Amino acid sequence: MGNELLEIKNLTTSFRIGDEYHAAVDDVTLTLNKNEVLGIVGESGSGKSALAFSIMGLHNRAKIEGSIKLKDQELVKLAPSKMNNLRGDDLAMIFQDPLTALNPLMEIGDQIAEALLLHNLDMSSKQRKARVIELLNMVGIPRPEYVYEQFPHELSGGMRQRVVIAIAIANKPELLIADEPTTALDVTIQAQILDLIRKLKEDIHAGIILITHDLGVVAEMADRVAVMYAGQIVEIADVTTLFENPLHPYTKSLLNSVPAEGQDKLHVIQGIVPSLKNLPRKGCRFAARIPWIDESAHEENPVLHEVSQGHFVRCTCHAHFYFPEESKEEQTNGIS
Amino acid sequence: MWKFIVRRLLITLPQIILLSVLVFLMAQMMPGDALTGQVDPNVSPEIKEQIRERLGLNNPWYIQYRDWVAGILQGDLGQSFRFKMDVTELLSQRIANTFWLSLVTLIFTYIIAVPLGITSGRYNDTLLDQGITGYTYLGFATPLFIFALFMVWVFGYQLGWFPTSGSVQPGLTPGTMEYVISKFNHLLLPALSMALIATVSTVQYLRSEIVDTKQKDFIVTARAKGASESRVYNRHILRNSLLPIAAFFGWEITSLISGTIFIEQIFGYPGMGALFLETILLRDYSVVTALVLLFGIASILGALLSDIILSLVDPRIRIK
Repeated sequence: MGNELLEIKNLTTSFRIGDEYHAAVDDVTLTLNKNEVLGIVGESGSGKSALAFSIMGLHNRAKIEGSIKLKDQELVKLAPSKMNNLRGDDLAMIFQDPLTALNPLMEIGDQIAEALLLHNLDMSSKQRKARVIELLNMVGIPRPEYVYEQFPHELSGGMRQRVVIAIAIANKPELLIADEPTTALDVTIQAQILDLIRKLKEDIHAGIILITHDLGVVAEMADRVAVMYAGQIVEIADVTTLFENPLHPYTKSLLNSVPAEGQDKLHVIQGIVPSLKNLPRKGCRFAARIPWIDESAHEENPVLHEVSQGHFVRCTCHAHFYFPEESKEEQTNGIS
Repeated sequence: MWKFIVRRLLITLPQIILLSVLVFLMAQMMPGDALTGQVDPNVSPEIKEQIRERLGLNNPWYIQYRDWVAGILQGDLGQSFRFKMDVTELLSQRIANTFWLSLVTLIFTYIIAVPLGITSGRYNDTLLDQGITGYTYLGFATPLFIFALFMVWVFGYQLGWFPTSGSVQPGLTPGTMEYVISKFNHLLLPALSMALIATVSTVQYLRSEIVDTKQKDFIVTARAKGASESRVYNRHILRNSLLPIAAFFGWEITSLISGTIFIEQIFGYPGMGALFLETILLRDYSVVTALVLLFGIASILGALLSDIILSLVDPRIRIK
């Protein structure tokens, strides 16, 4: 195709707990095309942020195996100075919590200008300032000249998130990773920030990885969706397919947990995501949370199966899955 | 910012007034008064009472306090019972000595603390960090007066590198280069001894601040911009970590005062600390009172100074 911006192959990111390494991202293979928005969903602790940080090379003490290629350049094991040149330039990131993501002692303008300074050595300080004002305008901050000299504590959460976004898009990145960009904001501001990201997508033509646990956000923004559970991708499909024909029990459970009209009771997924140390390394990782499904339904070593063009799902258990609320008769009929 | 400094200065004034009232009342409670040691013991009590009346010593305390403050404002701290001279005169030379000793100690304290704290915080949990942390524990555990005696013994007597008493070599004329060098030479060893012990708390503080700041989200933002490791440290981590050190500065001055009391005694250095111990032992209350007042004012000014420094570096506490 030649349209791939990012190619991740067999990426495994492990953290050391005690004397052992535990994989938070386990054998993830993904591609992102130019101009595409890929949504990554999953509960907290499913490895979404660990994946984002691996791509950005921001993990401090993690063991990263596999391959991450940005436009044919291998990022894993790239020399730190070369990685610094790419970070903030070709690939950039929007962070989850705007309240803590900005340096409290630095003027807003200087924080944005720093991103420009690091990657445009020939830019004069006057040009830089003009560009910062332009960026502040782009992200919808009123009175940019005034805000330039303000400090983070003088701005609201939504405004700060706009600043974080301005930093990320300062050098027109080709890959933009948004790690739960709206989680820390209240609902009205969330909508504004999402509108802004959508608008910027048109302007800067970047490939976007949007990490979230809000399925509504994914439905609105993404072209394709990857569902992560316990460090693995359990299902990946384009957004319409995923919402109309979800297959993996986890995806179904997630979708079923969203309040909908005419529904009496909200579905709750049993249990919690196992901690990194207690992650099952064999068999279907979701099996423990759907105990009513017969063990024989699961694969011994679940792999991704392509069920239709571009729609992959892990493990065979999806064919045998039902919600316990459904009547017994329906179940038996369904399985046979 | 100026508003903040002015407001902070306005708070300082009542602090100093309160301090002076407390010091005055304590002085009143001490045995003896301005007449002690001044009059012939054979003078009859009636005549003593007359002198008291004339000097205003029988007035109510607030009148006496007013007179006392008025005297201080004119540079009159009273008479020393033992030295038979004006307290102001007695102190003038010693204040300068203690001031220089404290200043050099402060400079040494930060010269040692900043690089050690930064190294320790940046490379935390490495062998280097453990070495530095080990030193700070030793510093916390070692009493200053023991360490000072050890320093005098090694560098003063055994090696003979530094003079062991006085603040200047006798016979030099003030103002000459030799005089200045001799002064510096005399305060080098006491200042270094004090700094080596006093610095450990600042080292620990700076270390934990850096370890803490390192994990903040905005550091990740800086890295995500493509900032190099050294830039991240110099531009983002260090400045944020220095805030509490600036706040610590006032406390540092207070601890210097107690430090000088030991150090000046051990090094035979004629400063206010040594005088304080001496006059307490001699029960020379007018001098003790004056010294307590001066030490108190120094502490208050130290706190003021650290607040002003803090307002300069931290935009969040400036008052709009």
